[in-house]
Amino acid sequence: MKQIKEKHPLAMRWTHWINFPILSIMIWSGMLIYWANDVYTITIFGHKFFGFFPEGFYNTFHIQKRLAEGMAFHFLFMWAFAINGLVYVLYTIISGEWRELVPQKKSFKEAWLVLLHDLHIRKMAPPQKKYNAAQRIAYTAIIVMGFGSLITGLAIYKPVQFYYLAWLCGGYHFARILHFALTIGYVFFFLIHIIQVILAGWNNFRSVISGFEVISKPDPKPIVETPTPADEKPIQ
Amino acid sequence: MLKPQPQQMRNLFSKKNKGPKKPLTVEQKITRRNFISFGTFFVASGVAYGGWKWLYNSPEETATITAGARKPLRRALNQTELAFRRVFSNNNLVKTYPKEMAAKNVRHNEDIGNEGKIDVTAWALKVKKQSGEVLNISIDDIKALPKTDIVYDFKCVEGWDQISHWGGVKFSDFISHFKLDAETALQYVGLETPDKQYYVGIDMPSAMHPQTLLAYEVNEKPLPPKHGAPLRLIIPVKYGIKNLKRIGTMTFSNKRPPDYWAEQGYDYYSGL
Repeated sequence: MKQIKEKHPLAMRWTHWINFPILSIMIWSGMLIYWANDVYTITIFGHKFFGFFPEGFYNTFHIQKRLAEGMAFHFLFMWAFAINGLVYVLYTIISGEWRELVPQKKSFKEAWLVLLHDLHIRKMAPPQKKYNAAQRIAYTAIIVMGFGSLITGLAIYKPVQFYYLAWLCGGYHFARILHFALTIGYVFFFLIHIIQVILAGWNNFRSVISGFEVISKPDPKPIVETPTPADEKPIQ
Repeated sequence: MLKPQPQQMRNLFSKKNKGPKKPLTVEQKITRRNFISFGTFFVASGVAYGGWKWLYNSPEETATITAGARKPLRRALNQTELAFRRVFSNNNLVKTYPKEMAAKNVRHNEDIGNEGKIDVTAWALKVKKQSGEVLNISIDDIKALPKTDIVYDFKCVEGWDQISHWGGVKFSDFISHFKLDAETALQYVGLETPDKQYYVGIDMPSAMHPQTLLAYEVNEKPLPPKHGAPLRLIIPVKYGIKNLKRIGTMTFSNKRPPDYWAEQGYDYYSGL
């Protein structure tokens, strides 16, 4: 027998899908800004492995010479990004949903088992509720990262007015590096997220739009009435 | 006894009269909820896409004091300026460093308005007062005022930053020494190079910030031409684009003075 199992609350679904285009615009406009001083590389022991970004990448996405435009977009959509994130976090705290989301003590150990299971190395996955251990860590980390983008962003945006945020981020210069690194983190998260969603299948994907999953339950056993023992009878 | 039959009343306009509704089956519930939620999802996606198209293709602002930005984005920049002006305070100071940390090779980007040689002895800062009176102030008059040094992280709108060491007179000291207090009641200071090729507008609170300097030294030596000899603005609460080199004229106004980069799509305020 098919059964509807409620999974994602309405507020979570809305904020998730609102965040997607906003974050995309933030990353795109962020690249328009970054181009003007594109100095970051992955360099280990003096050997440069990768420079952000190759010329071909800039050409493909028409990123060159659009600093002013990038800033104008970035400083409008930052409001939307912050407000949407705040709504989600407040909802998650007030509704108690955070209990399903925040990693537990055992999550860090279990996450390895989930990983091994996902890689088809291990047969059994640890028992879970709404989210498995790896999801708890990933989905909480992404919120912490979002908060980090907000803080490092403010530290770069108004380093004098928010001098304490700049200090917290290790100074203006380092805050810009962090802000950039977090963005690279989103891109990696996105890639893994997409792969996992595809692997998890339709039922799971639908739940982020419709809110529920369909589960098949074995047909219920016929109810057999059992006489209530005398000592459990309610007091008249 | 006859029971009232509201069900029939409600169905007055429907073609079929089905009688009391049956509870939906699980399948029906699934179909219905999918329809509603996916319908909403696609409609909302369409609206979002349309909104983005509208914004991306929105017309450029009419060129006035600001130019070069999309109309709605310029509005957003100006509104955001108002929001962040609220957190501006003279108590919020840029971080300063020991002078050993200052760069020996001080970076410079642009020479607009700062090209060619300048005769420092013939140079004078023109200060246009509200009354119409014009003060001509020589570099020696300025150097006679108490000197302030600052070693701080200079920030370019492009994204680079560099710790550099500047010396000069505090803007607020300059104002009080030349009895320009009445002009500070106005909202903006305008600065222009002698050839009028580069010009900036600074809101009065930022100009009067205790770390804003009219600088004539870098690394304890007189400014070389490329850094704006003989006198330039050093304003740590703004991006480099506002730190005008080789100041020729200073004006005061309640309206935004012309600003070189605000005409190229950049935020007028550009505050840090």
